[in-house]
Amino acid sequence: MPFSVNSPILFLLAGICIAAVLAQSVFFLAKAWKRGREIGMDKAKLRQIAVTAGVFTIAPAVAIVVSVITLSKDLGVALPWLRLSVVGSLSYETIAAANSLSAMGLTFGQTGGLTASQFVTVASVMTLSIMVGIWLVPVICKRMQKGVVNLETRDRRWADIFSSAMFIGMISAFVGYVFCDVSTIFHGSAVGLIPVCVMAVSAFIMIACGLLMKKTGARWLNDYALPISLVLGMASAIPITNWLS
Amino acid sequence: MKKELTYMDRVHRWGIAWNLSVMVILLMFPVAVGLIFGAAPDLNGLLMGLLATAPMYWAVGVIETITFIPMLGAGGSYLSFVTGNISNLKLPCAINALEQADVKANSEEGEVVSTIAIAVSSIVTTVIILFGVLLITPLTPVLEAPVLAPAFAQILPALFGGLGVAFISKNWRIAIAPVALMLILFIAIPALNSSTVGIMVPVSVLFTLGVSRILYKKGLLDREGQA
Repeated sequence: MPFSVNSPILFLLAGICIAAVLAQSVFFLAKAWKRGREIGMDKAKLRQIAVTAGVFTIAPAVAIVVSVITLSKDLGVALPWLRLSVVGSLSYETIAAANSLSAMGLTFGQTGGLTASQFVTVASVMTLSIMVGIWLVPVICKRMQKGVVNLETRDRRWADIFSSAMFIGMISAFVGYVFCDVSTIFHGSAVGLIPVCVMAVSAFIMIACGLLMKKTGARWLNDYALPISLVLGMASAIPITNWLS
Repeated sequence: MKKELTYMDRVHRWGIAWNLSVMVILLMFPVAVGLIFGAAPDLNGLLMGLLATAPMYWAVGVIETITFIPMLGAGGSYLSFVTGNISNLKLPCAINALEQADVKANSEEGEVVSTIAIAVSSIVTTVIILFGVLLITPLTPVLEAPVLAPAFAQILPALFGGLGVAFISKNWRIAIAPVALMLILFIAIPALNSSTVGIMVPVSVLFTLGVSRILYKKGLLDREGQA
């Protein structure tokens, strides 16, 4: 069979893998929903959580489609479709693909049609290099969750603080990252301030949603505040970039 | 008498079965392509590609797994490490859902809420990517339009602006030190950027846990605004 990076059989194989991952998500959703109802959680509340999660996901998911388009120029559509629907991200997949192509004497961005052997090599490197989480979670998750439960039993207050501290630690790292290029202002460029301004707009919209909710009592504002601040923050990046570039 | 399994026991049983099965299926993709097209991988390319990529991502993978499991919950962890995009999508989604439902992450309600949020997020992502692939020809000029590029480039600041306000305002005493430390590090060290932020997450989490423990032991986290 002649090989092409967009051969229909590649879409079939990628589709089978993605269907398996989709089935896992549907399975866990059904089990969690059932358990939620068993322990007395309100159906409307569960539905609201699901709807908000879905709405919140739209903008980042569209950004992932952009990544698929970016990678498809070298790797065809099927492989990026698979890789970005399962473990991985644009930066990881680009690095993995570029490293394997470079090892075969090719340059990412200028491959001009891969052979079957090159494609299998790139797909293998992309798959193997990020497999750790998938097998490590089954190995350590139960033990780690037991540790969290023990912590809860020993000192409930500290367990709550521990949980909040982990979230705050994660958020703090990303807040720091937003400021990583601000030193460009010392070199006469304001480009490094773009992410800072976008974050400020997003934060301001979140605060505005909270104040509006308090004033009007509109519960939906609380549910959709994060997706609203995300989308408006992203939209603000367009004029801010034009202004500071 | 056979011991009855709790919900959490069953989650672990399902998670182990699903993750290991999906891992085998994903590994079969390059194998199947090779068999169908009669092509073996380029051994030098495979080895050198793995050497250049795997050690760093395996190390980061181990650290991320240990860091994220307590935040994602059991069901959320099994799902997230298969579906990917954890720190930029699944974890913020779970955090927002926990806040919205006003439940603790380490409770059974928290486990249910984070699993539902992450599962829905994974399904929506898969469906949107599928539509993107089906409509790739008409969508490419729209999504790659230069005017939209800044919006997609600034997704993380837009995400963590809103999330940061919501979470830091409720836990401001815990947040002061790690936010200050991360600002100093990211501004002062040029090597810290979008490629290395993943490595800084566990550093920041450990630092925040240490600071919180000290504040807690000193009795400074007993009033409103402190976790």
